[in-house]
This record gives sequence, structure tokens and C-alpha cells, in this order.
Amino acid sequence: MSHGTPAHATVPARPGRTSIFAFDGMNHHILAMWTFISSEVFFFGALIGVFIVYRGSIGAGPAPGEVLDVLRTAIFTVFLLASSVTVGLAGARLHHGDQTGFKLWLVVTLVLGAIFLVGQVTEYAALYGEGLTLSHSLFFASFYLLTGFHGLHVFSGLIALAILTGLALAGDFRGGRDTALESIALYWHFVDVVWIVVFSVVYLWSLFG
Amino acid sequence: MAVQADPAIEVQPEELRRADRFYDWVTTVDHKRIGILYIITSFAFFLIGGLEALFIRLQLAFPNGRVLGPETFNQFFTMHGVTMIFFAIMPVLIGFGNYFVPLMIGARDMAFPRLNALSYWLFLFGGLLLYYSFVAGGAPDTGWFNYPPLNLRGFFSPGVGVDYWSIGLLVSGIGSILGAVNMIVTILALRTDGLTLTRLPLFVWMLFVTSLLIIWAFPPATAAIVMLLADRHLGSGFFNPAVGGDPILYQHLFWFLGHPEVYIMILPAFGIISEVIPVFSRKPIFGYPFVAGSTIAIGFLSMTVWAHHMFAVGMGPILNALFSAASMLIAVPTGVKIFNWIATMWGGTLRFNVPLLFAVGFIANFIAGGLTGVMVAVVPVDWQVTDTYFVVAHLHYVLFGGSMLGIFAGVYYWFPKMSGRMLSETLGKWHFWLTMAGFTLTFLPMHFLGLVGMPRRIYTYGPESGWGPINFVETVGALILTVSLLVFLWNIVRSARRGEPAGPDPWDAWTLEWATSSPPAPHNFDLVPPVRSRRPLWDLKHPDDPDWQRRH
Repeated sequence: MSHGTPAHATVPARPGRTSIFAFDGMNHHILAMWTFISSEVFFFGALIGVFIVYRGSIGAGPAPGEVLDVLRTAIFTVFLLASSVTVGLAGARLHHGDQTGFKLWLVVTLVLGAIFLVGQVTEYAALYGEGLTLSHSLFFASFYLLTGFHGLHVFSGLIALAILTGLALAGDFRGGRDTALESIALYWHFVDVVWIVVFSVVYLWSLFG
Repeated sequence: MAVQADPAIEVQPEELRRADRFYDWVTTVDHKRIGILYIITSFAFFLIGGLEALFIRLQLAFPNGRVLGPETFNQFFTMHGVTMIFFAIMPVLIGFGNYFVPLMIGARDMAFPRLNALSYWLFLFGGLLLYYSFVAGGAPDTGWFNYPPLNLRGFFSPGVGVDYWSIGLLVSGIGSILGAVNMIVTILALRTDGLTLTRLPLFVWMLFVTSLLIIWAFPPATAAIVMLLADRHLGSGFFNPAVGGDPILYQHLFWFLGHPEVYIMILPAFGIISEVIPVFSRKPIFGYPFVAGSTIAIGFLSMTVWAHHMFAVGMGPILNALFSAASMLIAVPTGVKIFNWIATMWGGTLRFNVPLLFAVGFIANFIAGGLTGVMVAVVPVDWQVTDTYFVVAHLHYVLFGGSMLGIFAGVYYWFPKMSGRMLSETLGKWHFWLTMAGFTLTFLPMHFLGLVGMPRRIYTYGPESGWGPINFVETVGALILTVSLLVFLWNIVRSARRGEPAGPDPWDAWTLEWATSSPPAPHNFDLVPPVRSRRPLWDLKHPDDPDWQRRH
């Protein structure tokens, strides 16, 4: 009497009652990305908390409202948010079997994300040029910490997207399997959502003192 | 009658060249091998941390001791703490989790085997980075929690020790987070048919909640460490009071990890105990839903009590009161577990093999350690005993008397599965009793020492303090513990070579890991037994009286 279920790496979908806690339908990689994202929420939460704590510690230096260019950053924000749309479009094209459209939108996503980063880096350069460095005040230390780590996450996402693009150009996605794209896109959307919060807390709030 | 894996399926070349075998281990992505790597590496760090402790005890055995100078002493107690917490106890439990969670859920491996390997290597290299500090200019010497401004370069820590502490923990911390993501996906998505969450072995439940704690509690500490490095090397002033920075901010961020960390260290041990006690009492666990549910409660509450490590910094009465209340509250679900374990043993047919001895020792010591924990949750008591040996006693009762005994129970329970051989019962009993004697002699008197005012982390004391005799007794206890560990090591080494063959199910147990050979084949199971209850092997062995026909 040694009947049993052959061991396999995935639990097959069962007919009838399937509890949502069986996680049958959800791809492992997507589940892993959501789990990782929940961890990152606590990381950015801590950094945002630190920023809020030190927001008023401007030392002798300028107030945030005087020195942060909200409009300029808002424009670069639009580029980042657009890149989330385009990565979604890439996924849609892949589902429709449109390999060309898929690759095109991936490249556009890369470009838009890179533009955002360039905007960030040039903003840092300008601030540093005015002597507003990490050591200038606790406000700026926290500013660079928070926006800097966000920028690092954008950069990591760009690397992942670049790898995806390379694989796409090599024909790896011709079979239509999209797990890699879906999980990286999920990460990319998260990076966007974080930026919306950071932009609000750092830039928009500075308009009100 | 257990389902056996066909040994012929696993290809064993007669003579593997040594280099091939080494290469196999270095490149493995098999959860069982990675588990063994974690366990062995952790024990190596445990022995090093133990040596550090032994030297501390030798230095403190007599007044005006001259075994270690003050600077070296500071490095030793710092490294002892960091090593035991992050490189011994937590990873050995993760190692057991790695080995047994896939087996207990009927899976072939973890969800992401290569990520699993990465986590192990990050752990190892984090530890090596930390220990490199000894030869790079000095190990960190600021205490395992490494507070600013003591650890800032402009103040008292111009050397590199703090930097190695920082990057060692950053590297291994990332490994921990990745490993926890892996564990969560594995437990949620790879369970075999019929294994609903309410039928999950309690060890798996504990690893699940532990992994949630890891992914949520580590990140703020990661942020704190980065901020510390920025303060030390990039001129920022996050924690530097000279420029308006707040050292207490570091404490909040650090203890946000620090407190869940201790639950990360105890929950898997609770899981081991929850497996061992039913098997060796020949009774299912009493109140399974309460043990599982209280785990979730402990996990949640553990993230709300961190500032009870900061009662003495002046947070004010409201915060003190809130954290005090929450800390006392967390004793309730913990107590629930203890009642459930005792109720499991009550009326059971007790088989006092070594695993059960360690489980009972665990319960006794953990009750004591938990009680002193409730004591220090009372703010005025904490004001009196903080930074004294009373706290050292408390933490060692829960971490050594608790976690470590739980780990030993797990070793004696699961060694037969991992190696195919039984450990010696006689040597195991010697190990157990020497451990209980040595542990009690070392740490019980520390309660009293703390109450009469001996501060922790002092490198010596004068004879007029009167602390000499008790310290001497504690050092004798430490020597007994050293002997107990030698007995344990001898047991392992000897039994690995000449122990009695264990067979697939030497303890007549009930969870899925016992449904395959010892050690399991690389693919774990040829066929996974059907799961219709919490004790699938009981059902298989007792088709006339399966659990799923009882009111469990």
C-alpha cells in the first residue's frame, strides 16, 4: 500500500475547493518578488522615517524649499512613471505574440528610466556644486540617503531590464513565457510607487515649509 | 511501514576523487547539503564564540584578573555576542530549516535552490569578514549592539573593527533576507497535495513566522548600518551628537531588528521542541491550533516591543509604559506554548531518549529565562538591573538554556535522518547532564551578581566588591560546559563513523521526513505519502485508526 503523490516541484491545480492559501495559481517568482517587496517596504519606511526626523535639521544652510527644484524633479518623475506604463505595454505586446512591439517597449522603458537617473545625478551634481553635500547638514544627509537608495534601486532595475532586453533580442521570449518579465516589471512598479512617496515627502512637502 | 527511496536511483560512483567531492560541496544547490553546510559552519562559529566566552570567564574568575587586558576583553565580549547571535544560533536553525522544511512538506527542494546556495555563501563570507578584523587592526570592541557615539571615528573608535562589524553584518544580513524569501515561497507554494496550512508540522510553522520576521526586521538595521558607515567615512552626522545627530535614533533602528532577532532565534527551537515532545510522549501535540496561533501572535508582538531595550535612555513615561505593557503581553502566547507542551507530555508514554531530555531541559530553563524577562519588562526593575549581570543571566537562560538546548534536541532527533546512523545514547546523556550542570553553575549565580550590582562588560573587579567567589563558581561552570561540548563533539564524530544504522524511521515518528531513507536520496522522495492529517505517517502505519477519522 505505497500509493502516493509523485513528488514534483509544483503543486498541480486541484479541481473543486482550492484554498487561496494553497498558492496554486501564483507563480513562485511572482510570490518571491512580492515577498521581497514587502521587505523593501520596511527598508524604505526606515529611510523615510529618518528623513522626516531630520527634515528640520538644516543647520546654517538653506531650507529645502529654497534649494530643491520641485518642477524639474516633477518632470523627471513623469519619465519614471511613463517607464512603468511602457513596461506594462511590453508585457501586453508579448502576450499578443508581438515580439517586435515587446522588444521596442522594453527599450523605451530602459531609455525612460535612464533619463530619470540622469536627472537625479545631475541634480546631485548641482547641489554638490553649491556645497550642499552629505556632511552639510542632517537634512541633506537624509536627503541623499533616501533619494540615493531609491536611485540605486532604479539602477538595479535598469540592469535587470537590460538583461531582459538582451535575452529578448536573443529570442528567449519567443515561447511567450513571461515570468521573468512579470516579476521584474513588478519590481519596477514598486520602485515607481516608492518614488511617488519619496517625491511627495521630500519635494512636495518642501513647498509647504 | 515507511515508503523508501530506491537507493539505486542515486548514482554513487565507487571512488570519487577528493577534489570532485570538495567541488560538489562547494557548488551544491541541494537543500540537504546546504543545510549541512549551514549547520557545520554554525557549529564552527559556535566553538569560536565559546572560546571567546571561556576566555572571558577565565579573566573574570578572580579579582584583578590578568588573562586578558581591557582592550582585548572588549573585543572578546563583542565578538562573542555577534558570533553567537548572527553566526551560530540563527544560522544553525536556518540550516535545520533548510534541511527539513522541504522534506516535511513533501517537496523536492527549496523553491530557489541557487538562491539558497547564495544565502549560505553570503553568511559564510559575512562571518569571515567579521573575523578578519582580528588581523586587520582589531576586532570591534563596542559591544555586540555597537552604539554610537562610542562607535564613531571622531569619538572612540578610529580603528577598523566597527567597519568590519558593519560590512560583516551587511553581507550576512542580505543572505538572511534572501534565505527567508526562499523559505516563505517554499512553504507557501511547494506543499504536497493535502498539506493545508492547518496540517503543517509545527517546525514548519515556526520557520514560516521566523522568515517573516527576518524579512521585515532586518531592513531598518541595514539602514542603520549604512548610516553608521556614512557617519564614519562620508562625513554625515546621523548619530553624531556634536552636529545635532541623535544616537538614540540608532538604538531605535537597531533594536527594531534586535528584538525580533531574539524571537528569530527562539521560534525555530520552539518548533524543534514541538516535534520532539509529541514523538517521545507518544501523543499528538496538545492544542495544535493554539501553538500555531500563538506563534503568529508572538511574531506580531515581537515587532512592537523593541524599545524595552531602551528603558534607561529617557524616552519618557508614556513610551516606557507602552513598551512595558507590550513586553508583558508577549509572555502570554509564550506561556500558552509551554502549557501545550506540558499537556502533551501529561498522560503520555514518555520515552526519555536524549531528544526528550533536552526538550524538558529546554522547558525548565526557558520558563526561568522567560520569568526574568517579564521582570525586566517592569520599567523600574529594568532601571535597576539594566547593564548588570542580571540581564546577562536572563539572555543566556533563554538563548543557551532555551535555543541551544532546543538545537541539541534537534541534533539528537535528526542526526539519524541526516547521517543514517544513531548517536550514542550514553554519550548523549552525559552531554545532557554535563550541560545542565555546567549551564546552571555558570548562569544561575549571575542573577544574584546582577542584583548586588556587578555591571556587565567590565574586564575585572576588585576583591573588596565581594564578587570573587561567585565569579569563580561561574568559571567552574564554564569549564564543565567546555567538557560537555567535547563529549558532544566526540559523540558526533564517533557516531558518524561507527554509529548504529538508523533506518528510515528510528523514532517511530509521524512527519514526512521519516518517510524516506536515511539519509534521503538527492530527490528526497520517490513517492510522497498521502497527507490527510497532521500525522501522515501515523495514518500510513495505522490504517485502522488514522488521525483523519478522529476528532483532531
